[in-house]
Amino acid sequence: MAKMTMIKAITKGLDEELKRDEKVLIFGEDVGRNGGVFRATDGLQDENGADRVFDTPLAESGISGLAMGLALEGFRPVPEIQFFGFVFETMDEIAGQIARTGHRMGGSRKLPITLRAPFGGGVHTPELHADSLEGLLAQTPGLRVVIPSGPYDAKGLLASAIRSDDPVFFLEHMKLYRSIKEEVPDESYTVPLDKADVKREGKDVTLISYGYMVQESLKAADELAKDGIEAEVLDLRTISPLDEEAIVASVKKTGRAVLVQEAQNQAGVMGQVASVIAEKAILSLESPIGRVSAPDTPYPFSQAEEIWLPNKKDIINKAKEIVNY
Amino acid sequence: MKKFDFEELKHTPATETISILNGAGEVVNQDLLPDLSDDELTELFKQMVWSRVLNERSTKLNRQGRLGFFAPTSGEEASQIGSNFAMTKDDFVLPAYRDVPQLVQHGLPLYQAFLWSRGHVDGNKFPTDLQGLPPQIIIGAQYVQTAGVALGIKKNNKKTVAYTYTGDGGTSQGDFYEGVNFAGAFKAPAIFFVQNNGYAISVPREKQTAAPTLSQKAVAAGIPGIQVDGMDALAVYAASKAARDWAVAGNGPVLIETLTYRYGPHTLSGDDPKRYRTSAEEGEWEEKDPLIRMRKYLTDKGIWSTDQEKEWEDEVNKQIDEAIKKAESIAPQKVSDFLKNTFIDTPAVIQAEIDSYTAKESE
Repeated sequence: MAKMTMIKAITKGLDEELKRDEKVLIFGEDVGRNGGVFRATDGLQDENGADRVFDTPLAESGISGLAMGLALEGFRPVPEIQFFGFVFETMDEIAGQIARTGHRMGGSRKLPITLRAPFGGGVHTPELHADSLEGLLAQTPGLRVVIPSGPYDAKGLLASAIRSDDPVFFLEHMKLYRSIKEEVPDESYTVPLDKADVKREGKDVTLISYGYMVQESLKAADELAKDGIEAEVLDLRTISPLDEEAIVASVKKTGRAVLVQEAQNQAGVMGQVASVIAEKAILSLESPIGRVSAPDTPYPFSQAEEIWLPNKKDIINKAKEIVNY
Repeated sequence: MKKFDFEELKHTPATETISILNGAGEVVNQDLLPDLSDDELTELFKQMVWSRVLNERSTKLNRQGRLGFFAPTSGEEASQIGSNFAMTKDDFVLPAYRDVPQLVQHGLPLYQAFLWSRGHVDGNKFPTDLQGLPPQIIIGAQYVQTAGVALGIKKNNKKTVAYTYTGDGGTSQGDFYEGVNFAGAFKAPAIFFVQNNGYAISVPREKQTAAPTLSQKAVAAGIPGIQVDGMDALAVYAASKAARDWAVAGNGPVLIETLTYRYGPHTLSGDDPKRYRTSAEEGEWEEKDPLIRMRKYLTDKGIWSTDQEKEWEDEVNKQIDEAIKKAESIAPQKVSDFLKNTFIDTPAVIQAEIDSYTAKESE
């Protein structure tokens, strides 16, 4: 067991899956010799061969279409979309084709594809590199959307995603790549899909989030504890389909919910979480549901990121407002 | 053109439209005349007649409300059947919505094609050994998938190809360029057919692009492109066969543009060709009919007769009668089955919906 960053855990996880199953293929822009723009695939081509880990021409729809075709020929493709903001270029192949094939062909074919992409703000990128577009994918039936909040979960969830016979979109928050380290076992292990995880136990309010916002929520919970508020932190891990049971169980326990997402408020994933709570746990609520999310503008110019992105302080304020309602 | 020089065609756009049988059924290019036995020639023509009859019957069945979506195929038999005839059962087909005849000839039971038209998922429940996908609706989406299937074939060391179809309008899509470019870059065994029937619904070919031919778009991707008389089944077959041989030998993809025409509307869902083309133009193309010239060629060779054709049409009609009856006898679809097919590993929220719809369906 060694402490490692999320990017290292992802590289290690990809390497383990390449070695575990010869049908696993990794491809995309710059993933070969260069090891990816974030080095997620660093060394994997040398280690596993250029037949297994290879560069493609620069075209996102081509990359997803390639994945679909390779899956039909019996492979287990793990393509990388270099930045999630480029996903618009390939929404048809993802949402119109890959995600629908099980339904379209009456279950007679499977597409075990795991698309990976870095996303999320706070690292001063140019435009369309940092957007949180996961809501687009969460609205796509037939597609699992998985978002780890740290190194341990990243490796285990990635293994589950790649081994799954269903298509998965695996989103990696850029700010998590190198900002925290966790103990990550040397051996291969899985973390289940479709299961949320209580990252911190509490009794007064549930902070529900995913990805980098889990880390902000944990920091908020630390500070709230100093004021005598015991916050539970629930990490969704799979944002679609939702683990409704875990959401309802936690809210019934604490009686209060603050829903935290980095994405813009309108039609966000947490809108669906709020709906689940309203449908299945409303009588357990002691105060209205609180939302912490980004304002409804396109992702901001990088100098404005700090004021635009939701943070620990926003979460603390909202949690106090809800607890003292 | 005396031979298919694909190496040269990678760099130089083809300037000649390949033709083997002229409108009168005479061989005008002995050099490219494919080596087909009398039985094979007869079989090729029988499939073309089958397709023409299927078009006529499908139109009627649609009018009677027994079929749903239908994109007419008459006029395109040489292009559709001639190309498909050069492929094997182990090749992987990625058709567009007008390419149902190829899909059925490739192995999809006809009643399933009818089910697809009627809007029933069982039409797309492909037999395990059928190498192909259902007709693609999004124009061009199949082109990038074809690059993927072809790369998979190459990685699996199979001696087969992936082949796909789009129309003239399809060549304007980004996916068209991405598909041919990826296949070229990976030197993957893909055959890209562009069935240029002159119109993308109503928009004429000359409004799609300033390029003089669609086949020349291949050159930008560094792959060979050829233009073929799409009303001439022997020319389409010869080009397709040569392209397949080239791809299977490890030389990479080929793009084939067939010049053809659909006699009918875009689909039977309300399109009226009178709004965008003249009856004089339709008449000119009907004179180039692919069946007339092929029938003449085979009759002159003494291997086909009017009686044989009548007998074959009767048999085809019988097959169609049986297929539509079978399609009409299939049980209605269930939402609970859709939910089961949405994921292989069923998530809890989907299971709850399955339970709910199963209860509703048993009421």
